[in-house]
Amino acid sequence: MINMNDIMETISMIDEENLDIRTITMGISLIDCADSDIDKSCEKLYNKIVRKAEKLVETGEYIERKYGIPIINKRVSVTPIAILAGASGGDPVKYAKTLDRAAKKVGVNFIGGYSALVQKGFSAGDMELIESIPRALSETDIVCSSVNIGSTKAGINMDAVKIMGQKVKEAAEMTKDKQCIGAAKLVVFCNAPEDNPFMAGAFHGISEPDCVINVGVSGPGVVRAALAKMPKDAPLNDVAETIKRIAFKITRMGQLVGTEASKMLGVSFGIIDLSLAPTPAVGDSVAYILEEIGLEQCGTHGTTAALAMLNDAVKKGGVMASHSVGGLSGAFIPVSEDAGMIAAAEAGTLSIEKLEAMTAVCSVGLDMIIIPGDTTAETISAIIADEAAIGMVNSKTTAVRLIPAIGLKEGDSLNFGGLLGRGPVMKLRKESSAVIINRGGRIPAPLQSLKN
Amino acid sequence: MKAVITVIGKDTTGILAAVSMVCAEKDCNVIDVTQSVLDGYFCMIMIIEVLEENHEIKEIETSIVEAVPKMVVHVMHEDIFNLMHRI
Repeated sequence: MINMNDIMETISMIDEENLDIRTITMGISLIDCADSDIDKSCEKLYNKIVRKAEKLVETGEYIERKYGIPIINKRVSVTPIAILAGASGGDPVKYAKTLDRAAKKVGVNFIGGYSALVQKGFSAGDMELIESIPRALSETDIVCSSVNIGSTKAGINMDAVKIMGQKVKEAAEMTKDKQCIGAAKLVVFCNAPEDNPFMAGAFHGISEPDCVINVGVSGPGVVRAALAKMPKDAPLNDVAETIKRIAFKITRMGQLVGTEASKMLGVSFGIIDLSLAPTPAVGDSVAYILEEIGLEQCGTHGTTAALAMLNDAVKKGGVMASHSVGGLSGAFIPVSEDAGMIAAAEAGTLSIEKLEAMTAVCSVGLDMIIIPGDTTAETISAIIADEAAIGMVNSKTTAVRLIPAIGLKEGDSLNFGGLLGRGPVMKLRKESSAVIINRGGRIPAPLQSLKN
Repeated sequence: MKAVITVIGKDTTGILAAVSMVCAEKDCNVIDVTQSVLDGYFCMIMIIEVLEENHEIKEIETSIVEAVPKMVVHVMHEDIFNLMHRI
């Protein structure tokens, strides 16, 4: 028999604490769409996406109604387009426009995979695709792009880091009349996961099956509410235990939805990404969890320790709840998408240096950070290099999604609206990093022993 | 499949009757009911057997909301509770 308290707990999680399935993402391999003629290649790609994802949105909505669980986003991720561009040649923006058209046809809200993997060097198609990213993002609406520039096994491709600094800036400049949204759809990765369902960094890795369903769950509000009920002098191991229990429950819900969706769509079930993904809605914030653990404001001393514990406890609880966990799995700290982070950044408690330290212990990286519009491309590249170094040395995924706010300066505010939120323009160092960035070349892969 | 109905709100007469009436109209068999009134607040949890081919859960919820418009109503699939609260 189901316990009455359990029923009420689940209902208050969904109703008051913003528990939801953040995304159902269908990963589609486009390897079989490659053709030496770009127009034929685009046609095959369009047909395959429409055929595979035709019922994705409908199925998501059905599951939502059947179980009474909100499913916020339905999305598609595809094979890195650089591979197709390498086979076909031609202007890669054609692919971006085709992806945009296919995604709109099936009704998803984002499509990811306008990507290149260049951690060790550039092959055919990679450079053309990277060069075209700002244009592709400004001429499409829902295409997301990512570039992997480093990994623990390959080191960091500093030539790619240099170019990506320029591309981030160009992406913002080309969309300056649309809140610089281009840069918000572009992620630079180190150790990019191949099965991540979250945008903007989702792509369908080449080692993945033809078609899979990946599910991203979320629920920072639920974790915060559970911690709020604990006494302020409860030891941290008890706090970690509570987070584990909640993470377990949240992930079970994701597992249920993922299994059901894969069964209904006749597609294999990939992974659950058990991430705490905040939204700008009040209460749905990772920063508030950290504050509930015992910080006056997120960003003060002790934030890294609290986040390290939170991230680890989420993984431990979630792993037990699902037969296959993957993706990014952990706590996200996107500044503009998190009410608590926005408040901390506006108050000056949260600096970019602290955010960088936090990324060493959480699941992603410098995410949705608004920087002054006059920041040089070299400085953006240097921030990317710093972040990639953290990922490379610690064998973890790190990412950079910076938005240069064209025309705005430190202290101003940029508002995207919707899930992307808003945020203050953050302070950066003024001193130049041009020499190290212009050196180019590669940072060799780090030693995996003698760890100190 | 089984579904769980919860109804919460200010106590008035006829809430249980109105909800049960909707269940009967939708061919849903009531399996279990727990109900209490605390400080004038009504709280009911009802477990029903739904013939999936006939009615969707959302449709049942909409009908109950229409029958007791002042109450907070949820109708959810039983599996969610089983999975979330049991290992």
